[in-house]
Amino acid sequence: MSLQLILFIFFGSISAVSSVLMITRKDVVVSALFLVLNFAGLAGIYITLNAQFIAVVQVIVYAGAIMVLFLFVIMLLRPENEKKFLEANPSIKIFAVIIGAVIFFQLIYLIFFNNAHNPTNVGIEESIKAGTIEEIGKQLYTNYILPFEAAGFLLLAATIGALVLAKKKFG
Amino acid sequence: MELSIGYYLVLSAFMFIIGVIGVLIRRNAIVVFMSIELMLNSANLTLVAFSSYLGNSIGQLFVFFVMTVAAAEAAIGLAIIIAMFRNKKTLNIDEINILKW
Repeated sequence: MSLQLILFIFFGSISAVSSVLMITRKDVVVSALFLVLNFAGLAGIYITLNAQFIAVVQVIVYAGAIMVLFLFVIMLLRPENEKKFLEANPSIKIFAVIIGAVIFFQLIYLIFFNNAHNPTNVGIEESIKAGTIEEIGKQLYTNYILPFEAAGFLLLAATIGALVLAKKKFG
Repeated sequence: MELSIGYYLVLSAFMFIIGVIGVLIRRNAIVVFMSIELMLNSANLTLVAFSSYLGNSIGQLFVFFVMTVAAAEAAIGLAIIIAMFRNKKTLNIDEINILKW
């Protein structure tokens, strides 16, 4: 057993189990906390893939900022009891599981039984180099400067839009 | 990197499916929203896995952009949910059906 396999099994099982628990818990706050655990497990998986920058951003942006926003809204609204949400329509549950199984087997088929060759495994040095903030920053500020500016503009628009939408009275 | 990329792709597919099922079975608007975040994250995992196995940093760049869009989407979506809750006093998406024909 290599170290990568051990770490993958550890963090992967954390992510998988917490994602299942997230959609089955009745309490919304518990759901949100399991989603935070899922994001933390994903950050560990990014580390096993030598993507240091993305792992740190995952913890700061997703598990930090976005989930705090979610918990804030959940505790602000405090929705009524969850029981009637889940017991709404049992047939839709069966339908959802069937759709999920079909898509899952399609994806498994695509991953393992397609004719396209697996990506050639480049050396670990190349992989580590691709994940450094230096390499990503170099690409971000040269070839991808326009999408970067567009992303900044999108965040500005989202800030203004959120303020306008959540205001007490429209207009 | 002695582990095959298939492990990461299967984990990503599994998390995506859980997100799909979550969107379909839950009736709480916030949980539906969190399931969408889960699907975005599984796509991110695929991008990072291929980026790392091909030694190409563009995939991780796109994960960065996906995170930006997800942050904007979370802010706007939660603002819409607050506005909806103020009007209808509920988060059950079965009861919010003004646009349903």
